[in-house]
Order: sequence, then structure tokens, then C-alpha cells
Amino acid sequence: MIQLLDADGVRRDHPDYPLSISDGELRELYRDLVLVRRIDTEATALQRQGELGLWASLAGQEGAQIGAGRALRSQDYVFPTYREHGVAWCRDIDPVHILELFRGVSLAGGWDPSAHNMNLYTLVIGSQTLHSVGFAMGVVRDGMVGSGDTAADTAVLACFGDGATSQGDTNEAFVWAAASNLPVVFFCQNNQWAISEPVEKQSRVPLYQRAAGFGFPGVRVDGNDVLACLAVTRRALDDARSGQGPTLIEAYTYRMEAHTTSDDPTRYRNADEVARWAARDPIDRLRKHLDSRGLLDARFLDSVGEQSEQLAVRLRAATRAMPEPDPLSAFDHVYAEQTAELAQQRGQMREFLDSLEEVG
Amino acid sequence: MAAHIRGPEPVSMVQALNEALRSSLEDDPKVLLMGEDIGALGGVFRVTAGLAKDFGEARVVDTPLGEAGIIGAAVGLAMRGYRPVCEIQFDGFVFPAVDQLVTQVAKLRNRSRGLLSMPITVRIPFGGGIGAIEHHSESPEAYFAHTPGLKVVAPSTPADAFAMLRQAIASDDPVIFLEPKRRYWDKGVVDWTALAAPLHAAAVLVTGSDVTLVGYGPTVRTCLDASVVAAQEGRSVEVIDLRSISPLDTSTVVESVRRTGRLVIATEAHASFGPASELAARVQEQAFYSLEAPVLRVTGYDTPYPPSRIEEDWLPNMDRILDAIDRSLAY
Repeated sequence: MIQLLDADGVRRDHPDYPLSISDGELRELYRDLVLVRRIDTEATALQRQGELGLWASLAGQEGAQIGAGRALRSQDYVFPTYREHGVAWCRDIDPVHILELFRGVSLAGGWDPSAHNMNLYTLVIGSQTLHSVGFAMGVVRDGMVGSGDTAADTAVLACFGDGATSQGDTNEAFVWAAASNLPVVFFCQNNQWAISEPVEKQSRVPLYQRAAGFGFPGVRVDGNDVLACLAVTRRALDDARSGQGPTLIEAYTYRMEAHTTSDDPTRYRNADEVARWAARDPIDRLRKHLDSRGLLDARFLDSVGEQSEQLAVRLRAATRAMPEPDPLSAFDHVYAEQTAELAQQRGQMREFLDSLEEVG
Repeated sequence: MAAHIRGPEPVSMVQALNEALRSSLEDDPKVLLMGEDIGALGGVFRVTAGLAKDFGEARVVDTPLGEAGIIGAAVGLAMRGYRPVCEIQFDGFVFPAVDQLVTQVAKLRNRSRGLLSMPITVRIPFGGGIGAIEHHSESPEAYFAHTPGLKVVAPSTPADAFAMLRQAIASDDPVIFLEPKRRYWDKGVVDWTALAAPLHAAAVLVTGSDVTLVGYGPTVRTCLDASVVAAQEGRSVEVIDLRSISPLDTSTVVESVRRTGRLVIATEAHASFGPASELAARVQEQAFYSLEAPVLRVTGYDTPYPPSRIEEDWLPNMDRILDAIDRSLAY
């Protein structure tokens, strides 16, 4: 397992994954981790207070997501699951858009995929891996692999979890990416649990080893080590952009909270396990490292704390201020070219709603 | 490139489809074809014959054998600005792709509030009557027509095959394009330069006054044949080719039923919850007082598609259609 920062925050080197990173960049990674966790705790609170219908927490996976997200270049494209709040943060997607989905005012969040080079959240497990493959086929056809132009050559990051490795779509995506040497990085966050099913029910080999059978490299990285995730993903993306084909990264991490706010993990996993992983927390680890190097001065910590609090306040206010969608908007954008049937049904809904208002 | 068959002589539906693909590839560099065995082989029905040679493997893509992969990859290609035309080799092989079609292709425009477009065409040879083995003769249109976000069409002639496939490919909506494989080798004259009728408009092929007979895809030929026989018995049958199953051009059928008072619908799809049932429901909603008889459905039965030795009795053949016309007129 690739690790560049151990659980005590001690920096290690790895010959295959050299990482030169400035003190400033280290502090920015810390800021990312803290802010993303703040989004998560605020969203959980909003759900508990009835402001959101559901929330899928990323707690514990911040290191994996910020590491992978900060490895991306602007032209790269991301295909997320529904838990990629940290990657979305790195793509400059306003978390308010994500909360729209979980509040139920939109189906998939309101960001423009092409403006952020990140698709909308995908809820059906594994579907997005095939979309990544198709997008990468397009990248190849556009001549944006291996051209040597670092501003043009493009990689695709396919995010998924341990559960998705059992899906046919994901395995087909591996086949296609290998057969056509596509510029896809398969970024699997193995958070050990697919709702209540442990990874042992998904695989009898470590997940990263599956790549060998498909014919491309697989690597396991400490998913709670943001530096290792950054270095490993950066190299895989470089390989993809330069025409060396796909890589499977297994970011070995842990889902600290329930699957979603509707889940009750006490029914299927024990507190000892959770406590063991809490000791490997990705934020604590970087904090220890920064602290040991004297990089955590009060001014920096205050600025992060203040930014974090402002973010939470803004999310709360924005969530509560979200306008209720017009019922008639259900009929929008079903087709590029509206059908007569839908126009008629829309009219029926409007008339019925109007008739209720008249009745008062 | 070869436009050699675009002449006045009759061509088969396979040739007409091939020309539609060729001209779409010529017209739009973002069009690309994907499917199993569509390259060197030209597809199991030869619909893509010669295209890989003329346009290259990057635009006529022999894919791995995974239907979910074909459609899932088409989603990504569409997001990258391409216009994929997918071939599913046989109707009965589409089901592994149904997840991607229903949960992704059909919904992405809506869930992105119009920011994403899925200009994907999915060609599927469908229907029976060719003596095939299991899974090669099915009519899965109801699954797709029941799915908001998809459009479903089926040509019945070489001329429509050419025009409608070009329109489907040019459409910014995903279109399930059902090719009646029983009619692949029927020939017809194609006006290659004609202004095409709207993709989703039904066509009145024969005007009549006693009963309206509606089909699409493979049953249109059978309906036309039935109308000739019925005419010999003094019955004036109006024949309508629906052409599009979703959206469904209800008004053309309703207008006809208002004149004839009777409606018989012939499809190979299973009876229950099928396209014929939907059309019957709409006609009784919109033309109740015009009806002189119950709307009758002549369809595939609600059984798995049978062994080929008995398929002619299972299909909506001419005798079954004539019998339904008799029953309708007996009311």
C-alpha cells in the first residue's frame, strides 16, 4: 500500500511516487480537508433538522477525494458517484448545488457539467464507469492523448466504490478501457462497506489486483493519506494523458458515518472497527505533519476556522432559501423537442392545479 | 464516396439503411457507429457493409461484446460532443443495455435540466417471421415506449428506412430505431432527395371508409395485403402506418376513426400493456362517440416468442387481421 504520510503524520518517501510539494500547498490541502468536512457536518445537521431529505456523508474519505481532486488538470474530466463532495470541491462546484439534490429541489444538482468538467452525480452503482470509457473514446478521437501538449492532453477520472466493482458495467468498463488503451483512471474508494455488505462479500482478492487480469496496472494507496492519493493519482493521470492507458487505483479508506442518513450502521458493524479507523483520520494525520513542521500558526488556523464557519452559515442560508420548484417544471427538458403528448399532459396538470386554487 | 446505389431502381431496406448511415457519416464528422461485428463483417445483416472500409475503424467501431458497454460508452461519447449510432445485434440482446438506456440515456437531459444532450440512435433489428432461434424474433418496443425521454420509431419501407434513420441520427433526442428484419430484403423505390415527412407522423397509406387498420414496422405489409383481400370482399379498409410508437401520432388515427367508426390494430408485440393497448385507450378517450365497435388488437400472444415452426400462427398474420376486421364489422 502506497503511503507518503503515516498515521502519526511522519513523511515517508516512495521511489515510484516522488512528491515535491511546497509548504503553502500542504497548508492548502489542509484547508481543503477541513472545509470539505465542514460541508459534510453541516449537511448532516441540515438533514437532521429536516432541511434535507437525505445526506450521503463523505466523512473519512476526505483525504482520498482531495488527493485525487487536486491531482486533476483543468481539462481532465470527472465522472462521480453521489459521494464525491470532495472532488466536486476541487472542481469549484458550489456545494449548494449538491444540497439541491439532497433537498429534493432538483434531481441531480444544478451545476453545468461542461463548465466544471465534472458530470452530475450518478446514483446507479457503476453506470458512470462506462460513461468515462465513452468520454475517453471521444478524447482519443479528438487527438487529445499523447500529443505532448500538456494543456490539451486529457485524462478521465472515473470514481466509484468497492460495491461498484461487482457491477457488470464496471467490469465492462475495464474491458473496454484495456482493449482500446483509453485514458481513464479508475479511482475506486474502497471504504470497506457497501451499505451493510463488507468488501469481503464483493471480492476474494484485494480490489486493485483485479486490474492485472484486465491488462492494466492496479495500485493500492492509503486512502487516508492525502499526499499519497495526490501522488498516485497524479501519476496515473499523467500516464493516461500520455497514451499509456488506464490505471486502477484502490484508495483504501473507511466510511466513518452511515451509508446515508437513512442508514443504521450499528446493525452491521462494531464500534471497535470504527474506532480503529478514527485513529487513522486523514485530517489529523496532515495536522500532525504540519504541526511537527511548525506550519500551523494561529493566524492560519484562525483563517481556516473562520472560512469554515462562513461556509457553513452560507450553506445553511442557501439551503433554506432554495425556491420550491414549480410542479409544471417536471415537464421541462424531457425531450429536446417537446412531444404533443407531454404538452397535453402538462396542460392537464396546469388546469387541475388551477382548479384547486379556484376552489381555494 | 460511393453513392452508386442512390438511383431510381428499387433497393432493399438493408441497402437503404446502409445509405442512410453512409450519408450521415459523410454529413457530420461527429457521427460514429458502434456495435458488434459491424466493421469487417458489416453487421450480421450487412447493414453496415463497406462502411468501416470507407470511414475507418475510428468511426465504425467494432466493440467488445457488451451491450451495456455499447450504450454506456455512447453516453460518454455524447457528452464529449459525438453523435453515436449504436447497433444492437438482435432484439433479444438489448436487455443488458436496458439499464443504461432507462436510467441514463433517457433521463440525462431531464436530470441536467437541459444542459446535457443525448443524441444517440440505437438501431435494433426486431420482430419475427424469419425462422430464427430463440431471442432473435422479439418485439421489445413497449419497454422503451414506456420510458419517458426515449423516442421509438419503426420504418416499414426502404424509403422510410432511409429518411427516418437520417432523421433519427440528426435528432438531439435518443431514438430507438427498430428495423423490421422480416422486411430487410423487401425492395422499394427511394427518392433519395425527397423532403422527408416528420419523423413522428403517421402515414395514411390507403384510404377507406369501413374500418381503420393500423400497423407499424413488419405488420404494415401484412395490413396492406389484408386490405387488398378485404377489398375483394367489398370492404373498404383504411391502412395507417404509425411509423412512430413514441411519440404516437394519435390524431391521425383518431381522425380516421371518426370517419370509419372502427379500429383494428396489428402489432407483433405482446398484447398486454403494449402499443396496441395504448392506442386503443387513447382512441376511446378521444373518439368514444365515433366508435361503432370495440377497438380490436391483433398482436403477438402473451407468451414467450414460440419456436419458429409455429411462429406463423403466433404472429398477427393476414388471416388473423381479416378475422378481426370481420368481427369489428359484425358489431
